[in-house]
Amino acid sequence: METLKFNVNQRPIEIHPVPGEMLSAVLRDRLKLTGTKIGCDELECGSCTVLLDGEAVLSCVYPARKAEGKQVVTIEGLASNGTLHPLQDAFIQHGAVQCGFCIPGQIMTAAALLGVQPTADGDTIRAMLKDTLCRCAGYPTLVRAIQAAGESIQSGAPVKGPALRSASSKSNIGRVVARPDALEKVNGEALFTDDYVFPGMLHARVLRANTPHAVLVGLDVSKAMELPGVIEVLIADDIPGQNSHGIVIHDWPVLVGIGEKIRYIGDALALVAAESRVIATQALELIKVEFDRLPVITDPVLARENDAIAIHENGNLLKHITVRKGDVTKGFAEADVVLEGVFTTPMTEQAFMEPECSIAKPTPEGRMEIYVGSQIPYADRDQIARTLGLKIEQVRVIGTLVGGGFGGKEDIAGQIHAALLAQRTNRPVKLLFDRNESLVVHPKRHPTQIRVRLGAKSDGLLVAAETELYGDTGAYASLGEKVMTRATTHSSGPYIVPHVSVDCYAMYTNNPPAGAFRGFGVTQSAFAIESLLDMLAENLGIDPIEIRMKNALRVGAETNTGQLLTESVGLIECIQKVKSQIQEKVGHDDLFAARRVDGLPNLRRAWGIAAAYKNTGLGGGAPDKSIAEVELYADGSVEVRTSAAEIGQGLNAVLQIIASEALSVPMENVRVLLSDTDLTPDGGPTTASRQTYMAGNAVMYAAKIVQQAMATSLAEKYDVPPKEIKFVEGLAHVNGHAIAYGDVVGLLRAEGRQAKATYEYLAPETQPLGTGGDMHFAYSFAAQAAEVEVDIETGQVYVLNIIAATDVGRVINPLGLLGQVEGGVMMGIGNALTEEFILEEGLLFSDRLARYRMPSFLDTPAITSIIVEHPTHDGPFGAKGVGEISSIPTTPAITNAIYYACGIRIRHLPVDQDWLALEILKKLETE
Amino acid sequence: MNYWDQYLLPNSIDEALGMLHEGKGSAKVIAGGTDLLLDILQSRHPAVDALIDITRIPEMQVVERAYDRIYVGGGTTHNDIVANPLLQQNAHCLVEASSLIGGNQVRNVATIGGNVAHALPAGDGSIALLALDAEAEIASRTSRRWIALEDLFLGPRKPAFEPSKEILVRFRFPVLKAGESTMFQRVMRPQGVAIAILNMATWTRKSVEGIIEDIRIAIGPAGPKPLRARKTEQSLRGKAVNEGTLSEAVEALLEETRLRTSPHRATRAYRKHLLSVLLGRQFGNIGPQRGR
Repeated sequence: METLKFNVNQRPIEIHPVPGEMLSAVLRDRLKLTGTKIGCDELECGSCTVLLDGEAVLSCVYPARKAEGKQVVTIEGLASNGTLHPLQDAFIQHGAVQCGFCIPGQIMTAAALLGVQPTADGDTIRAMLKDTLCRCAGYPTLVRAIQAAGESIQSGAPVKGPALRSASSKSNIGRVVARPDALEKVNGEALFTDDYVFPGMLHARVLRANTPHAVLVGLDVSKAMELPGVIEVLIADDIPGQNSHGIVIHDWPVLVGIGEKIRYIGDALALVAAESRVIATQALELIKVEFDRLPVITDPVLARENDAIAIHENGNLLKHITVRKGDVTKGFAEADVVLEGVFTTPMTEQAFMEPECSIAKPTPEGRMEIYVGSQIPYADRDQIARTLGLKIEQVRVIGTLVGGGFGGKEDIAGQIHAALLAQRTNRPVKLLFDRNESLVVHPKRHPTQIRVRLGAKSDGLLVAAETELYGDTGAYASLGEKVMTRATTHSSGPYIVPHVSVDCYAMYTNNPPAGAFRGFGVTQSAFAIESLLDMLAENLGIDPIEIRMKNALRVGAETNTGQLLTESVGLIECIQKVKSQIQEKVGHDDLFAARRVDGLPNLRRAWGIAAAYKNTGLGGGAPDKSIAEVELYADGSVEVRTSAAEIGQGLNAVLQIIASEALSVPMENVRVLLSDTDLTPDGGPTTASRQTYMAGNAVMYAAKIVQQAMATSLAEKYDVPPKEIKFVEGLAHVNGHAIAYGDVVGLLRAEGRQAKATYEYLAPETQPLGTGGDMHFAYSFAAQAAEVEVDIETGQVYVLNIIAATDVGRVINPLGLLGQVEGGVMMGIGNALTEEFILEEGLLFSDRLARYRMPSFLDTPAITSIIVEHPTHDGPFGAKGVGEISSIPTTPAITNAIYYACGIRIRHLPVDQDWLALEILKKLETE
Repeated sequence: MNYWDQYLLPNSIDEALGMLHEGKGSAKVIAGGTDLLLDILQSRHPAVDALIDITRIPEMQVVERAYDRIYVGGGTTHNDIVANPLLQQNAHCLVEASSLIGGNQVRNVATIGGNVAHALPAGDGSIALLALDAEAEIASRTSRRWIALEDLFLGPRKPAFEPSKEILVRFRFPVLKAGESTMFQRVMRPQGVAIAILNMATWTRKSVEGIIEDIRIAIGPAGPKPLRARKTEQSLRGKAVNEGTLSEAVEALLEETRLRTSPHRATRAYRKHLLSVLLGRQFGNIGPQRGR
């Protein structure tokens, strides 16, 4: 037996590693140091970084025995004597922590650097942390936090906070505050689902089809059942309830049964629960599968042809979506110039750092508890109950921390499978996806083909837009109809176009399903329209800014779908602010001219611009509802409860700020409890940039009811009119008395009343597409400029600068907002330059993180965030959503800039440097 | 189904060779493990009975100068190479190549010996060492021998020594003299796979008048193994660098390289184009390029 003696966080450890055991397993499983995270298990993401004799190493693929005699420091060992390491302090203060999953890795990698080089500059930090990925992508803030920590180490002075200033010294709205969960996310105590262990817990694995289109004709699990350590193997016949799930349409089988169809490689065929993950994995290999293969359809255009094989019973068309406004034929007849372009976008992957994990735990009372980091806990509950044959009250979904979502954690992943196994075995069951399974299973961004035709008058005024979209929704509907509807309605951009006709075909194929991904379809159509608009401007000899200013949506304008905008349209201000920033940086008026770089004849630099808008909330006539509870306790503390997901965006801080403002209590008195279907009311899905608005409103109104109850009670007791009672910082001032809120709780209870309110907030009503009314209750707007550098010899493109102006209505949480803008911009950069989920006939080429490149520190430009505030009447304190809008204009701003830099128009994403270099070469040869 | 059964930490080459011998072919030498372990984990390499970790063998960690040669232990990590003043002075191309491999955490464990022994046609370390005219010392239980790096590769993932019986101990190459310089360049694709589309290393000796007295050019992937572009070198030897000599050199280079299209990575046409770009940059004054 091999022995391993080493030190972990200055504690001597002696263990006997099992063959094949990695350092991360020793730390996480044996020593319960779960602060070290596993994001990929393939040396790609950096989340598992620990210090080994002071150097940063990846513990996931580091044989435990190799650590013999070494000093290991994990995130749990970084603080000394209860004092945070300056990095931990700086990460909290600067808002460098978002979902938190990558943070231990970021901090440990940075600690290794600052250990030898506390004065490291930005370039050194970016190079050192290159392979420590953050998908919330707050890279600029991470760099600032690391620098602040370095300065503190160097000088011995306390860590300097961020430069960002609070909006007001009087109000909590717009205050620069640390997130309530920041501390646990920097000290390693934060628990994500895989960090939970329950006594008697089994480990599950799922047998996937691994073939894109077939009929399952044979499935023999008997050998797997016989493997020692295997407790249960389930197939479709074993499902007690409905064998299907889906957020909108239940078209996705929980398990494919014999005689049924496999529609993509990720379809589940059998479930195994075993005493260990290793045994469960071995069992999968013992299951015999037979299928009859069917022709594979991977192209949405071909899927629509009459003779295409039907993937679903009702054919391959999920939905034909149309927008009609005015008369396009008339519009094009009036146009002085008509231009057309075809643009395509690939499938892209959310690549949240935390792979999906679900734990199902049966309770002695016969209920089922599911621990999961989900974006829609109540929808999970319904879907789990449906398949398990339980009443929804018998299922409790307990939201754990979510290590990033971006839309990819809205559908069911392993929740139902874990629950089925737990139901059958009556033991807790953990189902953890490895990175490959994560890439295979969850719905991604729709690959989309977009043909746009634009007509304009010679002065640049748009008169007509005709668009045809094909969206590849993959094997199952997921949110495909909704996503492609959004792509359709937003397809003419944030502009006034009198005559519009759009047809969109959301098609089933045998690719992995496509669903929600930050931007929700608008990311795709914005690339097309913003590119064509620039082409039109060039054709007419008009400046790209002028053409956007001229056509920009404004108060009094009508959208494509016939919605009259009556307030909160900050687009023109966004464009103006971006313009003046570019002017400042360029120093002259020829803003979009290509520039050379001294001494580097191969480089061209140029700016490009793009604009976008994105709805807040579900819209389209769907009732949009959020319920929140606010309770005041005798100790003066306040708890806010709602099932809305904190996925890194800072919703917990937003709700803390809103509750403290509405109730006039100090922020530190407010606790936020999210996503537990037993303890928190339904806040609706965390999607569509809706939670600041929806949960924010629900919390605000609930808090006001609590305050009114306090006022009524105090008014009676002190015999004063309620409005004479002043509430300030947790004290009620009545007739010269200052009564602590906690004491009012006693008063209320004595009167038989609760110091608690539940508020069901209903968003302003919206109308379905096609009815011409208000399709959405609010829109956010943005304009962004990108400065790129194109190497005209190699075709390499780098983004040097991004200026992002965003109309968010009203700033609630400045640090969280900055995180959303930086992260959105970085995802936009990825969408333009690096990200492509590569498929080959329905099979994954991008089967590992190493084959899906997302932006790193090295791809990070200088990002200037400008916030524009055009409050929306019904938003909490005027706020509207920001989660998606920050990401949408980035891609076309970059591709437009590429055009100005080298004269090549990008029509396919991501930018292919190979193609670009050869196009530039051709162009130079013909000139 | 363990990835390995035993993980051994020998303290000397002899001990390691003994372990290899006892392993009878089912033992495998491991250094940083960043290639081998991923191959095993991702089923590209079968599980092994024993992994013999050579990173604690002092002889394999040494970087030193002896007379007119530099010696670099095979167990030297990429970050140790990057930080080594002797190598910064004498082997700029190797330092540059090592600095571009993986991320910082990987460079702390991945070794130059592992990079070369993996025998990939575009291994960054291999390309740099090839330009340095390096030799590798191979130890078996009975003898030690030096092999020119050019002869160390038989094909993709096929080194010219017996990994089941022999160990790559160290490298040696001449010190850099007056008039000599080295350079390393690499172009990556921002999507898909993190393998170089093309990399190139050169060692050049120029006269004070700027005449190329001698030159070595290494390129990958330009065939089944890292390529020494001898015809191109010959076309440049004795000449001053100008547009004419460069275009002749590019002609020679295109002739002696076997470029191909790799799906999701690069087209042959692009690689062809890059050849001339990178060769031009070896002699031009293009500043440091941004990396990903």
